[in-house]
Amino acid sequence: MRGKALGLWAAAIGALALAFGLPLFVETFFLVELTVYVVMAILALSLALVWGSAGILNFGQSAFFGLGGYAYTIAVMNMGDSTVPILIGIAVPAVFAVVTGYFLFYGRVSDIYLGTITLCVSLIFFNLINSSGAEYRIGIAPLGGNNGIPGVPPLNVPGNPERPLDFDEMYMLSMVVLVLVYLGLHWLLATRFGRVAVAIRENELRAELLGYDARLVKLAMFTIGAGIAGLSGVLFAAWGSFIGPTMFSIFFTAQIIIWIMVGGLGTLAGAVAGAVLIQWLTTWLGETKIADTNIVLGAIFVVFVLLVPRGIQPTIARWLAR
Amino acid sequence: MSEPILRTVDLHRRFGGVAAVDGVNFAVEEGELRCIIGPNGAGKSTFFKMLCGLIHPSAGRILFRGEDIAGDERHRIARRGIAIKTQVPSVFDGLAVRENIRLSAARVQAAGVVDSAVTDVLARIGMVEHAHRLVGQLAHGQRQWVEIGMLLAAEPALVLLDEPTAGMTKDEVVRTAALIREMNTRHAVIVVEHDMQFIRMIARTVTVFHQGRILVEDSMDAILKNAQVRDVYLGKRSDAHA
Repeated sequence: MRGKALGLWAAAIGALALAFGLPLFVETFFLVELTVYVVMAILALSLALVWGSAGILNFGQSAFFGLGGYAYTIAVMNMGDSTVPILIGIAVPAVFAVVTGYFLFYGRVSDIYLGTITLCVSLIFFNLINSSGAEYRIGIAPLGGNNGIPGVPPLNVPGNPERPLDFDEMYMLSMVVLVLVYLGLHWLLATRFGRVAVAIRENELRAELLGYDARLVKLAMFTIGAGIAGLSGVLFAAWGSFIGPTMFSIFFTAQIIIWIMVGGLGTLAGAVAGAVLIQWLTTWLGETKIADTNIVLGAIFVVFVLLVPRGIQPTIARWLAR
Repeated sequence: MSEPILRTVDLHRRFGGVAAVDGVNFAVEEGELRCIIGPNGAGKSTFFKMLCGLIHPSAGRILFRGEDIAGDERHRIARRGIAIKTQVPSVFDGLAVRENIRLSAARVQAAGVVDSAVTDVLARIGMVEHAHRLVGQLAHGQRQWVEIGMLLAAEPALVLLDEPTAGMTKDEVVRTAALIREMNTRHAVIVVEHDMQFIRMIARTVTVFHQGRILVEDSMDAILKNAQVRDVYLGKRSDAHA
């Protein structure tokens, strides 16, 4: 058992060393592709927290992702320097989550309606942005309707817009954010607040009868998850120097759920693995055109729900524990 | 006389046209152990659910140490020091026994003493050797004890137990009775039960509910001899034969 734990630590450190050392060996093109996997893994962690740990069935995590991306884009186009816009990209979805979450949790909306409402919120944004034509501007930023906004400025060294991050630096920054978010959530779930959130997922009534305010805890988790999703939206927009309404689409929101299902609901490492694997598969299918991406993803979802309902990470962990 | 720990004043709860609780005036003193009995549908469970905020009263007042708590959020009522064991065990099935108890202790204890408080409670409910098992894997009676352990760890002023021996074996019932007597040395306790054998083991004063009201309130011996009470229970049986 001890040997296995040491082995896991060694594997984790090796993987990290490899991930951070990668820019030394590989071509920039590959690194750019890898960056988006990292960004998606951060987004996956946000839903792993909200759905996996806190048990909030949120089908609209993409709304926060898109809000973060759009908030960053509009702010950075107007301000030039990306330092404050990054914070705006986190704050806008978080504030939006506080407002919507207040009605959802303090109104004691049940799980299934919560799923429906959050999905609808995402689709409302999708349609709203989609129908905002070229004439709609915020400051000097054109919303661009269904064409999205091209030419999103990249992230820059804080306070120095003349010095944008290059591809290597963007990759490294995304990796650092991923590791920090992962460790931060790991810590959060070990605190009393995190344990109570898990307890509420297990049995909300009992948690309340012990004196915990389930509404407040769920609202806090929902908001933290929204902030992290917003941050991944910021990185996504800056990475591709493009943002479009598809960030809010049903395809995107479904994809996040599939990442979590495949990786393992209730785990953090599984969510990262699920995001990277599925994202890689999606890209590969798109390039080779072997089969329709949507059909394959749907099939994977069905297979996992029926045959591997725990997901990859818990299944492997069980296998190792034998 | 000092203010009772719990007092209800003309408490009502209607579901549609049915009055489940129909004007209950009830009082329990600090440190008391009280049993509530009554046939099915007498309103015992509804009454209990109102005490801990699971259901809000249609009318009337619930005074806890003189303060009206009717209509309060349930986590606020819990924080005042009322702990309930629900009829169906309400526990965290996916978490270990120790974590279940710990969640309760962590709300009331300072961080430094939580662990020792948890260990103490595990010993009191006799679950030390099961501390790391998931509650969902335990037998029914053991899950009941985990729930009772959570109540103990919360160090409440008043404990409400709704059918604590449901589904227990005879040995388990005897152990639970001992546990409740021990619990009563520190907390006021109200027990709702069907099992008369069990009531006999623990009861001092018994309140009999019937059709949403208090029929009679007396010592266990007097209740057993009471003709009205016998009619309520046996009357049902003669109805069934008719």
